[in-house]
Amino acid sequence: MSFLSNFFKGSENSSDIAKNRLKVAITSDRAVCSPELMEQMKNDIIEVISKYLDIDTEGLDIKVTKTELDETSGTVNALLANIPIKEGSRNFRRRQ
Amino acid sequence: MGEVIVVTSGKGGVGKTTTTANVGTGLAMLGKKVVLIDTDIGLRNLDVVMGLENRIVYNLVDVVENNCRIKQALIKDKRYPNLYLLPSAQTKDKTAVSPEQMKKLADELKGEFDYILMDCPAGIEQGFKNAIAGADRALVVTTPEVSAVRDADRIIGLLEANEIRQTHLVVNRLRTDMVKEGNMMSSDDVVEILAIDLIGVVPDDEQIVISTNNGEPLVGSDCGAGRAYMNICHRVLGEDVPYLDLEETKGFFKKFAAMFKK
Repeated sequence: MSFLSNFFKGSENSSDIAKNRLKVAITSDRAVCSPELMEQMKNDIIEVISKYLDIDTEGLDIKVTKTELDETSGTVNALLANIPIKEGSRNFRRRQ
Repeated sequence: MGEVIVVTSGKGGVGKTTTTANVGTGLAMLGKKVVLIDTDIGLRNLDVVMGLENRIVYNLVDVVENNCRIKQALIKDKRYPNLYLLPSAQTKDKTAVSPEQMKKLADELKGEFDYILMDCPAGIEQGFKNAIAGADRALVVTTPEVSAVRDADRIIGLLEANEIRQTHLVVNRLRTDMVKEGNMMSSDDVVEILAIDLIGVVPDDEQIVISTNNGEPLVGSDCGAGRAYMNICHRVLGEDVPYLDLEETKGFFKKFAAMFKK
């Protein structure tokens, strides 16, 4: 069937579109706080981390998502933060 | 001691009442003593799906307001003597009953019945809170559509917050032909998004419309939905039942397509 899927390449299945849209919508639904609070928290996190690391504030991404702790305890809400450290800079600043 | 199961969905029109009627009837067919409670005050419809609409004398609001005893309000099913319905009130609104009253009622019924099924109204307001108040476990019904799945996710969150420990998913009205074309999410897709355990997949079946017209749940009958609902009943009882192969026919095109897969 590979020739068929190649033929249709570029036109994604509507079920895949539905799934991807849902994942995005549900992730933001599950976030425990409002977008304003998330923004405030993000700024606070930047402030604290910047004391110790030279981070890329543009690339910083935080979100609340469901995650599995281990096989027995099911899913829990978790705050995921992706904080890129700037390349070429000395990682650890000295505390003032 | 009986078990209280709430059938809920968030979104309306995905098949909560049909699921309540069929799972309840199926459990009764399997020898359990079952009562179905319509908790949608002001919009009652479980009675018509069960075909019991012209036997109603008292209703849920009469029971909680002590206008009658519980036994007087319970309607015995036409076909199964161990199946009962407690209908909702048509003239009151959802504030006529409180979650505390529902919990008290559920606890009383637990002594008498094996299973108490609560047919929950759509939405997340008072009616929902009433329906889940006394529940031990939940069946979340969804269809493979974005709006229904999103609402189901919200409902699952609320059930967790209310410490309902066991929550299972029913994917209703699945169309295998559309799933194969890539134009409908599969039950696996829905389970992946919602991250809860599946308890049943019910195919889209025109027999459901006919059975609802007749006021006789089709669980256990020889059709896709009838078999799927009976399997759900067995799984509610804790039995391990394999999932149906919803593809009924292996037509020419499928064989043709299978040749290319090699």
